[in-house]
Amino acid sequence: MELITPGFGLIFWQTVTFLAVVFILGKYAWKPILNALKEREDSIEDALNAAEKAKQEMAELKAENEKLLDQARLERDKILKDATAAANKMKDEAREEAGKISAKMLEDAKNAINNEKKAALSEIKSEVAVLSIQIAEKLLRKNLEDDNTQKSLVNEFIKDLNNN
Amino acid sequence: MNIEKSFFLRNALITSILLTTLFSFTPFGFTFASDDTGEEFNPGDMIMHHVTDAYEWHFFDIGDTHVTLPLPVIIYSGENGLKIFSSAHFHHGESSYEGYRLDHGHLVAEDGHEFYDFSITKNVAALLMGSLIMIFIFLSVAKGYQKNQGKAPKGIQSFFEPIIIYVRDEIVKPNIGPKYERYLPYLLTLFFFIWIGNILGLLPGAANLTGNIAVTMVLAVFTLIATLFSANKNYWGHIFNPPGVPLALKPIIIPVEIIGIFSKPFSLMLRLFVAITAGHIVILSLIALAFIFHSVIVGFASTLVVTFINMIEILVATIQAYVFTLFSSMYIGMAVEEHH
Repeated sequence: MELITPGFGLIFWQTVTFLAVVFILGKYAWKPILNALKEREDSIEDALNAAEKAKQEMAELKAENEKLLDQARLERDKILKDATAAANKMKDEAREEAGKISAKMLEDAKNAINNEKKAALSEIKSEVAVLSIQIAEKLLRKNLEDDNTQKSLVNEFIKDLNNN
Repeated sequence: MNIEKSFFLRNALITSILLTTLFSFTPFGFTFASDDTGEEFNPGDMIMHHVTDAYEWHFFDIGDTHVTLPLPVIIYSGENGLKIFSSAHFHHGESSYEGYRLDHGHLVAEDGHEFYDFSITKNVAALLMGSLIMIFIFLSVAKGYQKNQGKAPKGIQSFFEPIIIYVRDEIVKPNIGPKYERYLPYLLTLFFFIWIGNILGLLPGAANLTGNIAVTMVLAVFTLIATLFSANKNYWGHIFNPPGVPLALKPIIIPVEIIGIFSKPFSLMLRLFVAITAGHIVILSLIALAFIFHSVIVGFASTLVVTFINMIEILVATIQAYVFTLFSSMYIGMAVEEHH
């Protein structure tokens, strides 16, 4: 019977002491301990999250770099292509121009030659005419030096005239 | 895990050596005592003497000499006011002092008047000592957190940290839910008070503190108070208007639910008291066999068995602390549970 009869004094001391222990430990032990544990857990979780984030950022950065590199490569190709095209175009244009110029020069030369030819021909013609007249004059002078000859000629002319 | 295991094994080994030494000597002492005085050895009295409270701390007897530590008796009564004196004045219950005497270990007034007994009994002394040890341990642990801030735990701190985390994450958090933090200081104190109290109670010559019904009653009442004061509408609704119960059954169900409020802490009180006191009685009964048979061989055999039982008792000490804290958390958890 004694075992299951709670003693008054022990109830009193147990209540007082236990409350005191709860209060003292709650304030000076459990609070700092639990806070420290929580802080540590939080810091570990934060560190893990940060690492995960850094990893993700790294991957993102790498992807971006790859993208940039790809873009640069594309741009380079484009620039090269454009440059080649421009060079070709310039070459073609130069060739065309050269062709045109040479053709024009040929034409000019031909024209000049023709002109020169014409001028030369006309000069020759006039020269020939002058020469012919001079020759004719000389011949006439020579032929008409004697009277017989002049008579025969006049006769001839008259004969011609008669015939007509 | 390995470290903990080896620690436990080492502890168990030390404990068993100590106990073997102690219990191998005591039977002889008792045997001589009973032989010399010619008194009949009464195992029931011996066991009750060990598991109940006392006004003096009895260690052992040498022949007819009782080696005890007298404890202060504090009495308050309307007639005589406050009286404080040493229990040594009672001469182990043989004489009376200041109008009071011990009757079979109970303090009584010779003229039969009513009084309040605030004496520092053996259990109160053990309670104060255990509490001081607890405060010392956990202030040291807390200091460790201050010293090793943001670093790995060291020493005593690293021994208690997994236990604190276990209580928080495995006992309190899953049973109470999101509001668990408010109850954590109480439940942690409860767990370690019972655990340390149980283990201290296993030491030779120690008081049976956590196996005393007054102690377990106070702890159970604290859990009851915590439950009632944190109970929400949902909890009271389940008691006074149980959902899904036909109206005709309500006059039966509601009283049952009201009894349930009190039967839960009552079971807490009885479970711890019975588990610890029963363990002590088993150990003491086995030791008593040596005196009953007046045999050293029986004494040796019972010492072996007692050593084994003591190891089980270390396990029981931990399990009972776990169970008390677990059920307290569950009762509080029921009280704060929100309606789904």
